Amino acid sequence: MRPFTYERATDALAAVQAAAETPGARFIAGGTNLLDLMKLDIERPAHLIDVSRLPLADISRTEDGGLRIGAMATNSQVAADRAVRSRYPVLVQSIVSGGSPQLRNKASVGGNLLQRTRCAYFYDTSKPCNKREPGSGCGALEGLNRNAAILGHSHACIATHPSDMAVALVALEARVETLSPSGETRSFPLLELHRLPGETPHIETHLIPGELITAVVLPPPPDGGQCYRKARDRASYAGGLASVAVAGRNVALGMVAHKPWRAVEAEAALAAGASPKEAIDAELAKAASAGRNDFKIALTARLAAAAIADVKGRRG
Amino acid sequence: MRTTITVNGEARALDVDPRTTLLDLLRETLGLTGAKKGCDHGQCGGCTVLVNGVRINACLSLAVMHDGDEVVSIEGLGAPDRLHPMQQAFLKHDAFQCGYCTPGQICSAVAMLAEVEAGWPSQETADLNGPVALSGAELRERMSGNICRCSAYPQIVDAIREVAG
Repeated sequence: MRPFTYERATDALAAVQAAAETPGARFIAGGTNLLDLMKLDIERPAHLIDVSRLPLADISRTEDGGLRIGAMATNSQVAADRAVRSRYPVLVQSIVSGGSPQLRNKASVGGNLLQRTRCAYFYDTSKPCNKREPGSGCGALEGLNRNAAILGHSHACIATHPSDMAVALVALEARVETLSPSGETRSFPLLELHRLPGETPHIETHLIPGELITAVVLPPPPDGGQCYRKARDRASYAGGLASVAVAGRNVALGMVAHKPWRAVEAEAALAAGASPKEAIDAELAKAASAGRNDFKIALTARLAAAAIADVKGRRG
Repeated sequence: MRTTITVNGEARALDVDPRTTLLDLLRETLGLTGAKKGCDHGQCGGCTVLVNGVRINACLSLAVMHDGDEVVSIEGLGAPDRLHPMQQAFLKHDAFQCGYCTPGQICSAVAMLAEVEAGWPSQETADLNGPVALSGAELRERMSGNICRCSAYPQIVDAIREVAG
């Protein structure tokens, strides 16, 4: 691991100011993804700002009957929270299908959203990757692309966002709260946090330098059932090939794009009376695969149709 | 960087390079070689220790981030003359072959039972709002972060079952 300096933040505003002023600074909370990538020489921060002890781990009810989840809450704390379990089961199901218990005990909510892709070419420093090394090319386009994106990708990058939790949060229409180095706070839909790759896959979010995610805010749960389904190569502790979160009439897809994917075409089709299969087929009409991941289109279609039908069936 | 960590009940004040993982601190600085460096990437679970009672992968954590924390490794759970019930059960059920993953398995199992007791759900939990019944599927799912290349899984499950009661 390359040398770096370290500081432990005790104040959120001081942390974001330090992040903006220190070249090569990165926040660290759980560290389960960042440290892994630092060991592989993919992430090379010059300075780490430890935000894990900032008082941003509370999970509390909001005035409108929703829930504010502090960004430093661990994945396990969120999944174990009584209010989350009783009112947002899709969030629990998504979290406990990601990683291992040990990882979930350490990984933070904010860090989960900002985790990097698992694309093999991003991980292999001997191979081209526009995300890791802008301008070097995309090894996955013609290579081992079995788990590559089928929606929203570009010729520069076909990597996917690997989070399970984020898929459920998008279906629940979560918002993200942040603090900027100027002291400004803002709140925006989680769906607007991540970018599609375009020509700049190394820029993954719309956060400004030094901006810190402080919380995720859930509106009251939508009417209707909720469910999360994930297809993967092993039954446990494996990254997904495709996933789907359904919350009421909202549908989101995971591991199929550079960001958690809100299936707006499918939602519109369902609202117009389409069957679950017709609805997801409408969503996937623009899907495009790269060879080894051709199967992901049919897999996503079947997985999503089953999940939508399941929740619809409960609604009657 | 000056860091004080309570390890197996003893406060240790140490000068730590920020790059040092909690696992390397235990093994290289403190000579506690029970926690193992298998993959060093959080995939095998061989380095599982308890931090403030919660199981984590010590390889994916910086020692400097644990200032003030209480860490328990396999050496703190029991000793040859006073084995922890989980250690006793692993011996009784022959729940290992080479033994490399065993310290991680045992630390993980002890913390896993506490998670079940606290009602934490897993992907095998059908009723998210009720108490957790530790079925075979639940137990296996909850231990999936610990790999055993000798594949002593049936015996590991038996050992944990015995302690779970």
